Amino acid sequence: MVRIIDRRFDSKNKSTVNRQRFMRRFKQQIRKAVSGAIEGRSIRDLENGEEVAIPARDLSEPSLHHGRGGIWEQVFSGNDQFSAGDLINRPLGGGAGGSGQGKASNEGEHEDDFVFQLSREEFLDLFFEDLELPRLVRTQLAKVTEYKTQRAGFTADGVPANINIIRSMRSALGRRLALGSPYAGKLRELQQQLDELLARCSGEEACGDSEEARALREEIARLREKIEQIPFIERFDLRYNNRIRVPCPTTRAVMFCLMDVSGSMSEERKSTAKRFFMLLYLFLTRSYEHIEVVFIRHHTVAKEVDEDEFFHSRESGGTVVSSALLLMRDILRQRYANGQWNIYGAQASDGDNWDNDSPLCSQLLTRDILPSCQYFAYIEITAGEPQNLWREYARIADEQPHFAMQRIESPADIYPVFRELFKKTIL
Amino acid sequence: MTATTTRKLDPLPRGSEWSIESIDRYHTEIARVAGHYRLDTYPVQIEIITAEQMMDAYASVGMPVNYHHWSFGKHFLATEKGYRRGQMGLAYEIVINSNPCIAYLMEENTLTMQGLVIAHAAYGHNSFFKGNYLFRTWTNADAIIDYLIFARNYIGECEERHGEEEVETLLDACHALMNLGVDRYKRPPKLSLAKEKLRQQDRENYLQSQVNELWRTLPAHDIHARAESPGRFPPEPEENLLYFVEKNAPLLEPWQREIVRIVRKIAQYFFPQRQTQVMNEGWATFWHYTLLNHLYDEGLLADSFMLEFLQSHTNVVYQPPYNATWYNGINPYALGFAMWQDIRRICEHPDDEDRRWFPEIAGSDWLETFDFAMRNFKDESFIAQYLSPKVMRNFRMFAVLDDDRQNKLKVSAIHDDEGFRHVRDVLSDHYNLGAREPNVQVWNVDLRGDRSLTLRHQQHSRRPLGDSTSEVMKHLARLWGFTVRLETVGAEGQIELHTEIRSDKRRIGDAG
Repeated sequence: MVRIIDRRFDSKNKSTVNRQRFMRRFKQQIRKAVSGAIEGRSIRDLENGEEVAIPARDLSEPSLHHGRGGIWEQVFSGNDQFSAGDLINRPLGGGAGGSGQGKASNEGEHEDDFVFQLSREEFLDLFFEDLELPRLVRTQLAKVTEYKTQRAGFTADGVPANINIIRSMRSALGRRLALGSPYAGKLRELQQQLDELLARCSGEEACGDSEEARALREEIARLREKIEQIPFIERFDLRYNNRIRVPCPTTRAVMFCLMDVSGSMSEERKSTAKRFFMLLYLFLTRSYEHIEVVFIRHHTVAKEVDEDEFFHSRESGGTVVSSALLLMRDILRQRYANGQWNIYGAQASDGDNWDNDSPLCSQLLTRDILPSCQYFAYIEITAGEPQNLWREYARIADEQPHFAMQRIESPADIYPVFRELFKKTIL
Repeated sequence: MTATTTRKLDPLPRGSEWSIESIDRYHTEIARVAGHYRLDTYPVQIEIITAEQMMDAYASVGMPVNYHHWSFGKHFLATEKGYRRGQMGLAYEIVINSNPCIAYLMEENTLTMQGLVIAHAAYGHNSFFKGNYLFRTWTNADAIIDYLIFARNYIGECEERHGEEEVETLLDACHALMNLGVDRYKRPPKLSLAKEKLRQQDRENYLQSQVNELWRTLPAHDIHARAESPGRFPPEPEENLLYFVEKNAPLLEPWQREIVRIVRKIAQYFFPQRQTQVMNEGWATFWHYTLLNHLYDEGLLADSFMLEFLQSHTNVVYQPPYNATWYNGINPYALGFAMWQDIRRICEHPDDEDRRWFPEIAGSDWLETFDFAMRNFKDESFIAQYLSPKVMRNFRMFAVLDDDRQNKLKVSAIHDDEGFRHVRDVLSDHYNLGAREPNVQVWNVDLRGDRSLTLRHQQHSRRPLGDSTSEVMKHLARLWGFTVRLETVGAEGQIELHTEIRSDKRRIGDAG
């Protein structure tokens, strides 16, 4: 007899373990592929995982088999032109020509890349492995005004909607047992006496009605009544679910992207900056539920713009970096001053600032911006000598632990520089 | 006539949506017709699974349970990618050689496909598993699932005790040698879970004592006659590398030997499948075709069912010509199906050519001939025995000789009177595992020297070994613990050293 079993609701993902093992084993290769894959993504296009390709030869499973060479004789189908004894030219590179595909397919060397899909989580895990956000934990809980409620055991008072029936009935039962126990002991004793008495004079009718028996019965009835008078449930027994409000550390962050769009920033440099900002954004999404991004671009004057304009519109002019910092300070004060925000700043420039402006920048940073920032990173995108802004900032970096600066010379440096900036440090 | 043949049969459900009841009805009818053709099968267990579960099953070499290994994960990722992008359909059937025979039906299939799979897998493959001599002698359908569970649990325990990395390295090494981990000629003892467990402890102790034989460097050799005539160890070359490693590798721990054994047993289980691809697939295809046509003739199947079924069937048995871009060798489904169809034709309607070529089966009872052929052959001998000139003509087969010493390829034979026998021999040889895979055997262990292990590769038609050979040898060195080398024996008996991996894994202090 046939058995038909519907297994569709059984556990799926039996291969999850195998998949994880695969990922673990080829972590190096996958990580390399991941860092290559960051190019060509939009800054908010993060909802998908990433397709990753690693060279097939890295993960081949060796086996003993025949290689090319020697004598092979094989049968093919679909003869349309040959008769016995015909000679055929050896096909080049595994059968490019039309006639005579000489090589058997089992010899074909496939060296295609092995391509597979990483989930978003896996992708980001690998990408940001070993990195951490400096000063991640906010300590000023006092200022935080956001609360969430959570369970905290049981209380003796509360609103009826919160009555916990099991707890209440349990304590009622306990109380009834406790209050009734002296009577219950007595009751058992008397009942025993009565039973013995009745047993002793079994058969004799009068005995069951004797004075002694009657007294015992009365006493028993009285005790029963007393036990029954103990209330079934009292206000005293009620228990209520307790919920308390606990302040919760904010998980909001704002990220300021400051970019120099003066004439000296070429399209190429801008795209380098973009990738850097994107990485930072990705990284912040790992730690914060909610992130706002403020784009500020500047030449001689700064302006807050949207993402598209930030990266794509062309403008040029001189460079006054302090204008952007001033705008950042103002926005900070207007919108993000209530202490609920984790503030991150990232500034990208080619460092070619107007000479007299650099000290002002440094002053703005140290006095107004850095104290309220979690972290501020400056990257200078230039291939040549450090510019004046760099020299100015270098002094800040010595004093302020949460100010960091790095130089990027080519797009290839982005990822290493990023890792350098957020390298896990043991305090 | 009995009532069953005279009663008017209700047509089977039609349309593409299936339900458990309709599958049950299809199965009942197919089973009835299979009985009519005297197919002897294990009881059938049909399991309905999702595409996701199908991929899971795929990834662990088609088995419902298996131990964990990264290579299965790799397989899974590749399948998943192909499937999600729609580049590749999943095979619509997986059938497991077990008792009861488990056939998976995928949820997404239409009712027609479910009917086709039941006929193909649950009756075609099933009867082949039960009847063919290779499966009967090499695999034990009753015990395989239990054994796999045992294997998974055992390997899981080892991972806990010795670390995943350690176990993984060992499994990698075993997998590399898996093709050489089978007994080709000896018949293996039956697997039984209970026995396995009982004997496991004994085996550990026993194996360790066996190994000591290799170790003996103390004056014991005075007693042994071996001292005078060193001889080789093993005295006869051993074809099963994993078996030899399991029994003789000096430095393996007992649990490591057990894992080598597990991989070896599983390789052995799959060995018959590799040798009967054409026969087995052809057999199953023949029977789904025959059974469903029988049902159609009885009026049970709708025309729409038949059209969908035939469309799928013709795709399966299509043989592209050699110059098509998607040509990928002879399609085993096509060849097998054509051969079984042809055998039936020879039995029922032989012509003069058939009487000349197959005097013993021309005009015989086709069911009996089928049963005999199914039971007693493997691909190599089946083709050598039954490939008829008619099939060769229909496939327009021709043999090409590729000798790397010649500038040109030579067409050695085509589908004509002079060529039939040669084409047949060449094709038969193609399915001969002995020729298809390199013949590598354990030749010697240097018992009295550095304990190095020497393998010999008997070269066949001057074919060299593939690129990954030295990788495989590294894996072998890891298992053996001492130097391993591979020698190639050429056609004239000349011996060349192919690879040598030097290693000595003894811990210091053990070396005495």
